[in-house]
Amino acid sequence: MKLISIIVIPIFVFFVISYGNAKKINIYDSFLLGVKEGLKICYNIFPAILAMIFAVNLFLNSDVLSFLLAPITRIINIPKEILPMAILRPISGTASMSIMTNIFAIYGPDSYAGRLASILQGCTDTTIYVIALYYSSIKVSKIRYTLIVGLLADLAGILMAFLLANIFF
Amino acid sequence: MVSIIWTFLIVIAIIYSFISGKIDIINNTILTSGNDALKLMLSLLPTIALWSGIMKIAEDAGLLNRFANLLRPFLKKLFPSVPKDNKALGYISSNIAANMLGLGSAATPFGLKAMEELQKINNKKDTASTAMITFLVLNTAGVTIIPTTILAIRLAYHSQEPTQIIVPAIIATGTSFVIAILIDYLIRRKHK
Repeated sequence: MKLISIIVIPIFVFFVISYGNAKKINIYDSFLLGVKEGLKICYNIFPAILAMIFAVNLFLNSDVLSFLLAPITRIINIPKEILPMAILRPISGTASMSIMTNIFAIYGPDSYAGRLASILQGCTDTTIYVIALYYSSIKVSKIRYTLIVGLLADLAGILMAFLLANIFF
Repeated sequence: MVSIIWTFLIVIAIIYSFISGKIDIINNTILTSGNDALKLMLSLLPTIALWSGIMKIAEDAGLLNRFANLLRPFLKKLFPSVPKDNKALGYISSNIAANMLGLGSAATPFGLKAMEELQKINNKKDTASTAMITFLVLNTAGVTIIPTTILAIRLAYHSQEPTQIIVPAIIATGTSFVIAILIDYLIRRKHK
């Protein structure tokens, strides 16, 4: 398993570059253009990152969520940052990401908490945000069972993340 | 929606800090969170830029399209209400392909185009069609093969083994993907 994780990225890069060469496109120009687009993405997401870090830092530092979740955390014995992160994951990717970075800063990325947080972050997408964005773009207001199915799938992914963190690490 | 959650987070934090007497911590947080955001951005920027470059090669070489073609037979089964040659299927494939490759920002434009095409064949314009719901629950399951942002942050915090989380993350996201398909399929069958 460890080997697979290490070789995925080098193989992927090798494959993309070889494929691009075989197709005789100017891969160097494509790469530079892509990097420029990447910088534009960074420029576009910075306001959202600042907004979320501001609100989430306030929320986390006030300790209100661990106050609310304390009874549950005491029973299942996990670091206190994990449960708020699992709850925030479907609401905001940047919010859960900023909790993940907090966990890395406190416990380290290679600790049990750091690995669990990484899997939680990777296990689903920002369901509520995506649904709001996509439906508002075509002016659909009656979303029927979309949200409930989306959140149930998130729940399954989050439970799986907890299970896998215990199996793998 | 996002602004309601944003307001909630800030207001409840400030109120609770007044009650618990931790207002000095909140004061400090307000003053330093801009700095925290910039630090995070600076650690993300090089990785996002590098991967955008590599993925641009994949896009220009037609690799992204090849991937979409691979998914097409599978999508025909998931979207029985969408005509076989409808453009929506192409956009849906590209969206899922881009998501899988960790190209969130490239995925969004494809996804919005897919919704636009699905709206054209939707009978009730203010109500979500079954095809739209299937697409969105697949999309929000967020299947990613290479979680580049997570890897970037792990590296920024000096992880010894940044890629160790890839395999469990794929299994977890796969689980939520399968559950999404399953529940959606069962509901669609019941509605028939």
